Amino acid sequence: MTNEPLLKVTGLRTHFSSEHGTVKAVDGVDFQIERGGILGVVGESGSGKSVTGLSILRLLGSRNATIAGGQILFHGEDLLTKSDREMREIRGKQISMVFQNAMTALDPFFRVGDQLVEVIRLHQRVGKREAKLKALEAMELVRIPEASRRLSSYPHQLSGGQRQRVMIALALSCGPDLLIADEPTTALDATVQKQIIDLLAEVNRELGTAILMITHDFGVVARLCRTVAVMYQGKIVESGDVATVLEKPEDPYTQKLLGSVLRLRSEVRRVSA
Amino acid sequence: MSARDVLVDVQDLRKVYRTPGTFGKGTEFVAVHGASFQVNRGETFGLIGESGSGKTTIGRMLLRLLEPTSGYIEFDGYEVLTLTRPRLRALRRRMQIVFQDSGSAFNPRLSVGEQVAYPMRKFGLYPKGEVKARVIELLEKVGLQAEQAQRYPHEFSGGQRQRLGIARALAAQPDLVVLDEPTSALDVSVQGQILALLREIQAERGLTLVLISHNLAVIQHMCDRAAVLHQGEIVEQAPVDELFGSPRSEVTRELLDAVLEPVLP
Amino acid sequence: MTSATLTKPATTAWRRRSQFRLATRALARDKVAVGALVVLILVVLVAVFAPLISPYDPLVGDPTMRLLPPGTPGHLLGLDGQGRDILSRLIWGGRYSLSVAIVPVLCAGVVALVLGMIAGYSGGRWGELVMRVLDVVFAFPIVLFAIAIAAVLGPGLVNSMLAIGITLVPYMARVVYTATVQESGKDYVEAARAAGLTEVEILGKQLLPNVLSPLVVYATTLAGLVIVLAAGLSFLGVGITPPVPDWGVMTSDGRQVLLEGYAHVATIPGLMIFIVAIAFNLLGDGIRDALDPHKQTGSRN
Repeated sequence: MTNEPLLKVTGLRTHFSSEHGTVKAVDGVDFQIERGGILGVVGESGSGKSVTGLSILRLLGSRNATIAGGQILFHGEDLLTKSDREMREIRGKQISMVFQNAMTALDPFFRVGDQLVEVIRLHQRVGKREAKLKALEAMELVRIPEASRRLSSYPHQLSGGQRQRVMIALALSCGPDLLIADEPTTALDATVQKQIIDLLAEVNRELGTAILMITHDFGVVARLCRTVAVMYQGKIVESGDVATVLEKPEDPYTQKLLGSVLRLRSEVRRVSA
Repeated sequence: MSARDVLVDVQDLRKVYRTPGTFGKGTEFVAVHGASFQVNRGETFGLIGESGSGKTTIGRMLLRLLEPTSGYIEFDGYEVLTLTRPRLRALRRRMQIVFQDSGSAFNPRLSVGEQVAYPMRKFGLYPKGEVKARVIELLEKVGLQAEQAQRYPHEFSGGQRQRLGIARALAAQPDLVVLDEPTSALDVSVQGQILALLREIQAERGLTLVLISHNLAVIQHMCDRAAVLHQGEIVEQAPVDELFGSPRSEVTRELLDAVLEPVLP
Repeated sequence: MTSATLTKPATTAWRRRSQFRLATRALARDKVAVGALVVLILVVLVAVFAPLISPYDPLVGDPTMRLLPPGTPGHLLGLDGQGRDILSRLIWGGRYSLSVAIVPVLCAGVVALVLGMIAGYSGGRWGELVMRVLDVVFAFPIVLFAIAIAAVLGPGLVNSMLAIGITLVPYMARVVYTATVQESGKDYVEAARAAGLTEVEILGKQLLPNVLSPLVVYATTLAGLVIVLAAGLSFLGVGITPPVPDWGVMTSDGRQVLLEGYAHVATIPGLMIFIVAIAFNLLGDGIRDALDPHKQTGSRN
């Protein structure tokens, strides 16, 4: 068992070509995640945080996006040198991703259980019946109430929070080492958001899945992440463990960002933590 | 508190959506169940709730952009729900709304200057030749530039569009402005600026604001009093400090609980 | 309230950039669309100036010269089965083929706009009812429907236009209806109401520009289809009848001599129909892009 980090990104550069010239969405980014670690990548819109996540899984779509340089070492192997076929093996099985809008990520025409089974059978050699059992396990793992009944629901029959849980179940169904979450709770109500964040924390504790959490919300970072990297215009301006960065930010942009977050005044009594 | 101090008086407002089913077996969805509250002149009143709580529905019913199923709304002594269309249109000038920047708050094919000018033209607030100048004055007031008046909505960022929405609402010189999630679609660093702008304008013009938001920090920052909505009902209403300091309803407590602060627990 | 005494420069900084000018400028940047437009303009000009350009009378033929191939001295495109000059017929034919394409589209467009917007905006039961009535037409394949009406009305240019026009209304109305319904739900319509606009003003000033765009694009593409449709009607004998030199009629005439081994009589007008239809399509694509506000200007200020 080496002390090598699970994911090590060095000098990542992702460029988009447009009629106005080249946009350097990600411009030289370095970070790493340990096995079972939770890293938050924080930034505002246009900072390049989502593109970073998509670059790791090489999900950018080749039209005008190119990964212009860098190294993405996963279990010591550079993902940028892998073939399409090898990447397809990795996606969903070793590294999974969940997105912001579960309604568009799930296929509206198929039942939720069928979509789970499809993913499971894609990556693991199991028969239909065993796949169904695994699907049920995944649903229970994400604490969907009445999991077995919900397997035969269509996405539009579920609430936003439940759909997000299903997406997480899909992502976890093949036991990946790393889960990339791109703003998974931004579109959800605050109470549901808290539940989902806590679910991710539990998944990390129980299964040891590392999490790369892409978000604009420092509150999410504070609750879930252990390390954090702050992005601005394609570069990381500050990184470190969460306690240090949140309490003693050194970079002026980080300070400004933290300063502009509206907080409930401390006189407000909180009933439970 | 005299009756003059109450600008908006809402009693038992209800909104029910009925879908006519086949052969008359339709379903009913009660979006708002008998909401009652008052908004005092010059104050900022908050409507708090999660999605589906009915807060947006109430906001629109206040302006009668949505017809309530039943209830009573009084605005500065006028019974809003019984007004005829022409009189309602006249009253509309005094109550305006700023939408959440959903990208569709502005007509994509008209210049923003034209759209901000509409209320001015419709309500005949200025002589024709003066309208353009007034629009530019407003744009500059909200932090934009004169030459941007001719531009189209998609040429602006989310924060800028929010400012445009505010300018448009102010164009009618209203007494009441309903703000529907004014900062939810904005970057964190921009949110503070927009709220500061709103406070400044409110102070200058003596506006009464109804602020709809699910973000408790925003409510606390801006509002004097607020009502908490849950599944169409007002479960609690009180001055904000009291509401957050000693919440009486379980719903309010859960909402407070769900706030994720950027500090380590 | 301070009075505004702004200096002149500030107000003149706000120039009216009309949608029309922005669109034409965007279109001018699209080389393919411009090419298509040029082709169409040429075709129209040729048809308009037919009496001046056409070398021969399109209706008079010399039987001794029948079926001579293209390249015959004096007859660039050859002669048809009755000894008539094909080039002349092609030139004159433009008048009929183009009018039978453009006129119905324009008229149906106006009717569809009114029907679709009213149905879409008032929504509810009435809107649904109008659309369901129009839906009856959708049950028939468009060509069959056009043929049926044409058969009832009888042959001839005007009847062809009428038949095609009637057939097109439901299709165009549906496009208008969908666009109206979509736009009606948007916040800016509510904002317009809050600004005191009457319902009629909302329809005319706010919705119309947004609904007209998809309709114009659809109509341009439809024009391409209609040319083929009209030609088909003539080909089948229920549209324009010979001896009128409509391209569809010419193709139909040519069919008979095809069996005798003479391809040029049918192929040449067929090619013409093809070219014009494609030109309309490409122009339609260009117009769609030009009317997209995002493409007209840069984004982000």
